[in-house]
Amino acid sequence: MSDFTKPRIWFLNAILLVGILFSLPSLLPQKIHDQIPSFLPSKTINLGLDLAGGSHILLEADPAEVITIRLEQMEDSVRSAMRKAEPRIAIENISRAGNKLSFVVTDPSQVDAAREAVLPLMGSASGGRDYELSVVDGNKMILTPTQQSISDSIDNAMDSAKDVIDRRINALGTLEPTIIREGSERIVVQAPGLADPEALKRLIGKTAKLEFKLVDENADPAETAQGKARVGSQILPYPSNPSGTPVIAVRRLGGIGGDRLTGAQQGFDSQSNEPVVNISFDTEGGRKFADMTTKNTGKLFAIILDGQVISAPRINEPIRGGQSQISGSFTVESANDLAIALNSGALPVELKVVEERSVGPDLGADSIKKGVLAALIGTTAVLFFMLLTYGRFGVYANLALVLNVFLILGVMAMIGSTLTLPGIAGFVLTIGAAVDANVLINERIREEQRRGRKIIAAIENGYKEASRAIFDANITNVIAGVLLFAFGSGPVRGFAVVLIIGIITSVFTAVTITRMWVSFWLKRNRPTELVI
Amino acid sequence: MKLLKLVPDNTNFRFLRLRNFAIGISVLLMIASLILVGTRGLNYGVDFIGGQMIRATFTQTKEAPVSELRHQIGALGYGEPTIQRFGQENQISIRMKLPEGADKNPELANIMADKITASLKSNHKDVRVDGVDSVSGKVSSELFSTGIISLLAAMIAISIYIWVRFEWQFGAGAIFALVHDVTLTFGLFSLTQMEFDLNIIAALLTIIGYSLNDTIVVYDRIRENLMKYRKMEVPALLDLSVNETLSRTVMTSLTILMPLSILVLFGPNVIFGFAVAMAFGIFVGTYSSIYMAAPFLIWLKVRADSFVPVNEGNDDNAARMQEGYGAVV
Repeated sequence: MSDFTKPRIWFLNAILLVGILFSLPSLLPQKIHDQIPSFLPSKTINLGLDLAGGSHILLEADPAEVITIRLEQMEDSVRSAMRKAEPRIAIENISRAGNKLSFVVTDPSQVDAAREAVLPLMGSASGGRDYELSVVDGNKMILTPTQQSISDSIDNAMDSAKDVIDRRINALGTLEPTIIREGSERIVVQAPGLADPEALKRLIGKTAKLEFKLVDENADPAETAQGKARVGSQILPYPSNPSGTPVIAVRRLGGIGGDRLTGAQQGFDSQSNEPVVNISFDTEGGRKFADMTTKNTGKLFAIILDGQVISAPRINEPIRGGQSQISGSFTVESANDLAIALNSGALPVELKVVEERSVGPDLGADSIKKGVLAALIGTTAVLFFMLLTYGRFGVYANLALVLNVFLILGVMAMIGSTLTLPGIAGFVLTIGAAVDANVLINERIREEQRRGRKIIAAIENGYKEASRAIFDANITNVIAGVLLFAFGSGPVRGFAVVLIIGIITSVFTAVTITRMWVSFWLKRNRPTELVI
Repeated sequence: MKLLKLVPDNTNFRFLRLRNFAIGISVLLMIASLILVGTRGLNYGVDFIGGQMIRATFTQTKEAPVSELRHQIGALGYGEPTIQRFGQENQISIRMKLPEGADKNPELANIMADKITASLKSNHKDVRVDGVDSVSGKVSSELFSTGIISLLAAMIAISIYIWVRFEWQFGAGAIFALVHDVTLTFGLFSLTQMEFDLNIIAALLTIIGYSLNDTIVVYDRIRENLMKYRKMEVPALLDLSVNETLSRTVMTSLTILMPLSILVLFGPNVIFGFAVAMAFGIFVGTYSSIYMAAPFLIWLKVRADSFVPVNEGNDDNAARMQEGYGAVV
């Protein structure tokens, strides 16, 4: 027992102290929690939705749809490149069958020119080529998206979708949602406290919708402020209205939808150098936009995002060429955010709900209440039983057990893991393992004593011999835990995390810490009789 | 102070004398379990077969209007729902299998759940929806396969570890005991038709973990005794080892069964099946450590030599044991 040197004792106590400090925020009532000084840990354990109540939604995109959208975009750019070429190149038999784009150059002598026109369209952001180009039968060109570009597209689409969802849910205000991409084409949305998943689904179901509509400049500002619109107009919110009224009247008809967008990027206005969002339309959208701006030069038009006006600039000159700019008191960041949102709107990957779970707050609270009650009764029984059976050594085991609970909670809070119902089961198992370790040790000490060993030898042998079985038993459980975490999903993982943490802390408290206490006792009291 | 001793010193039950009888019964139970699972099947929850489950409480009425609900939900055209009470008379769960065409459109399960919830709320003012689970076929089959894979992977890895740390006979014995525990638990769920969902997989894993703890404690003692009493007959040695660890077994099983029985009796309804599975598994796991894992070693001809390395002399090992290190494994 001489291996408990001063530094080692300090070290062990420091671990215990840190564990307790980290566990306290989760255990203390909110009132005290608010007063924790900032240098102390204040993170609390996250409760899983099954305990806290809330909604979990798993969304899945169809990768085929993303590929189709890409091919459509490619088709548009090919058509416009051919039209712009000098002389104009005629193409026919355009097809997107078989996940590739193919077309026939009508005049075989133009094939080389067509190739020249198509090649610049094929670059990707990463510098490589998005498509493989091949020419068959002399004048049939086939563009096949590369595997890399397909997975990049899906990846981008999912990232954008995640951002849109994020923005939308944050618009609800009070929630603290978790939005995680899972695998290549799934997104998990978890909203604690929101028991009605309907609201969540309504929010996610829409795509970021951008519209351009003319401002109704004949509207009476007073009536607009009261929410009264003239015939053919509607009142829309306009929080950043320079006039101070947070609403504006716009014409219902004659607008253009953002579904004609092909891309959006954050940029800077060439004159004012203010951050703006540059957008580009597809052919049809560009034509409509040019049309609308030509007819209404000098008037105001409203840029509407999800039913809310973000700016209403004046049309200074007709905007042709399918390119436009959205301005309106942006910062670089907000312009970037809008560009991201518009991009996902322009690439509407339809997300399908493939899994939904919601737990009402009452059920969650009921689970916690009964779970805690059961745990308390169970633990009390165990503590009582240990005390009765092993006396002083039972007290040590019990103290170690309580410390173990603190440590598990502390580690969970530290690494930010979530406690779920199966996690509580993991808790019960590790408590069992901790008790078992002490039972093994104490039974062994009894045995050694029966064999006539002296006190110190009996205790030392007891710890040593029992440690082997404790070690083997716990390593196997850790192995199981790691595999569960690797292969399992959802609840199984929650269980695995608590199991792994719990096994480590329980061996630490039940073996190392109790041994430290026992060695203190031996040193200080020099007992002549061992009651165990 | 007189301390409590659950098992008197120097107990000497001849457990292994009953081994053929015990194993016979266990094998019969295993076969019965397999037949049950094969014929009657398991009552899979929505986690594993997809579909939806809604939990609801009627706050104003004492008793949930089950037949009325069956009629109303049946009218939605998805077929007859399975409606069960859980806990109180006014708490029910409504289960529905995946609707037709759900393999093509994964969202159908979700749409069905929405419609049923809407119908519930419009027909009954006092209904409180406590939880909705809707899982598409794709996700449910993934959950099922990851569940089973993690179960198998855990069992295999554990056996390999025991094989490395002990001897191959021990690894084989441990996996036999684990298979026994898992099979019987499957049998229990098939017999009672309690719902088998992801939480039950977690329970099975807990059972494996516990049963293993138990088996290893017994094995550790067997290994030790094999080295100590080199002349003893193996069955007698197994009996001795089980007896020596008996007080620990009883104590630990009791202390872990205490919190579990509290969970069964007073725990939340949601984890009733889970708690029952755990309690049953702990019981079976303790039994299997004695009657499955140990006798297996006799058949596989474990001998004292198993732990004596070929190249080293026995005296060397004896000396190591004297020092309390155990033999070179």
